[in-house]
Amino acid sequence: MRRTWPPLGLLAAAVGFWELVVRAAHVPDYLFPAPTAVVSSLVGDAGLLGRATLVTAREVVLGYLLAVAVALAIAVAIHFSAALRRALLPILVLSQTVPTVLLAPILAILLGYGIEPKLIVVAVVCFFPIVVNAVDGLRSADAELIRMMRTLHGGRLAIFRRIELPGALPAIFSGARVAATYAAVGAVFGEWAGSSSGLGFVILQAQPALETARIFAAVLVLSALALSLYALVTLAERVLVPWQPEARNA
Amino acid sequence: MAARGVLRIFEGRRVLDGIDLDVPARGRVGIVGRSAVGKSTLLSIVAGLDEPDAGEISVGGAATASERLARCALMPQRDCLLPWRTALDNAALALENAGVPQRDARHRAAPLFTRLGLAGSEQLRPAKLSGGMRQRVAFLRTLLADKPVLLLDEPFGALDAITRAELQEWLAGALATAPRTVLLVTHDVEEALLLCERVLVLAGGRVAAALDVDVPRDGPRREVVTSAAFTDLRERALEAIG
Repeated sequence: MRRTWPPLGLLAAAVGFWELVVRAAHVPDYLFPAPTAVVSSLVGDAGLLGRATLVTAREVVLGYLLAVAVALAIAVAIHFSAALRRALLPILVLSQTVPTVLLAPILAILLGYGIEPKLIVVAVVCFFPIVVNAVDGLRSADAELIRMMRTLHGGRLAIFRRIELPGALPAIFSGARVAATYAAVGAVFGEWAGSSSGLGFVILQAQPALETARIFAAVLVLSALALSLYALVTLAERVLVPWQPEARNA
Repeated sequence: MAARGVLRIFEGRRVLDGIDLDVPARGRVGIVGRSAVGKSTLLSIVAGLDEPDAGEISVGGAATASERLARCALMPQRDCLLPWRTALDNAALALENAGVPQRDARHRAAPLFTRLGLAGSEQLRPAKLSGGMRQRVAFLRTLLADKPVLLLDEPFGALDAITRAELQEWLAGALATAPRTVLLVTHDVEEALLLCERVLVLAGGRVAAALDVDVPRDGPRREVVTSAAFTDLRERALEAIG
């Protein structure tokens, strides 16, 4: 509990300062809304934002799960085949240099306005840090553990299951936590390229109408969404990696 | 187990320069020497984890590396317990590797905990165990691999003197209940003389001395290690170490 106070205090001070400046300078809401205006939009548009949140949350969670599944499959394949590693790794790096803003419209053209292109955009944005960390984690198994294992009837598969994979879990979760913070942004890019619902769509609609407070409210919800995913991943790590000493705090 | 003229070269240096070694079935041979004298290299070669550059080695009649690997279980210097497994599951590791279902593996490992004085620690993770307990669990794990030959690489090297003495006695007792062919590598001459029937001193890549330990070792440790015959053997070993 104690470690949540400093950031909360700083945040409260910043919000208070923001409210003060906006009021003192008589800044109109459509230019830069005060925190109270954002809150009243959150309340007033609760129905609209709620429906949009459900849509976006679905894209974020499913896209993220897709990313985790694909990333782990790729990492394991790379781990077992040096040839695949040489062939695949440069392509994966290349895939990260394609700007997501450009990828999203192409996917929308190819796959339409449904959920599929959004899932792919989220997965593309999220999978890379998981792959990189998982590959490193699998490779960093202690050589002496493996020697010992080989003299204890340990074949290749046993070494993978009982040494390399559990040993790589902390690294995999490091990547998964980084990826969790990208997922919401990926979903918004996907919605901007073509959609008729979701928080990204709400932002897109509010912008020409100068509903700036609603944009801020939607962004706030998006942040909360990303934070919730991050918290879920951290919780999963606590459950799946119980031997990890409690030194790290997220 | 027998080795003839084992030669191993690392970066132009003859780490092992013609080693001959014989360990009778269920016999215990100790190898002592300064650090980096090739003791662990010799163990790796015997285990089948490494091949000699020249010379022959056979374990129970098996000469190829993979056959030797099938007959030897290695206990490394660090306990190498898996932090994600409980003590019991660490001990049962080799059984699971051999395809025994986890439940059966646990059932087979559990009695040894009771018999060898480890009852109560079965469900603890390694992080909760003391250094001495960790080495005991590591030894159980090696024992449960059910291999004829145990290769112990400085098993108590990381422990304090008091715990080490305790564990040497414990190990002697454990080996009395479950006799195996043992090759013990250590830098502690006293340890080798207490636990083995024959002690080889390695120096300069060769066997500098081979000592038969024919002193009575039944009495209390303090009397054994201060007996004239024992101190004489220790002096000869230390002299050969150089």
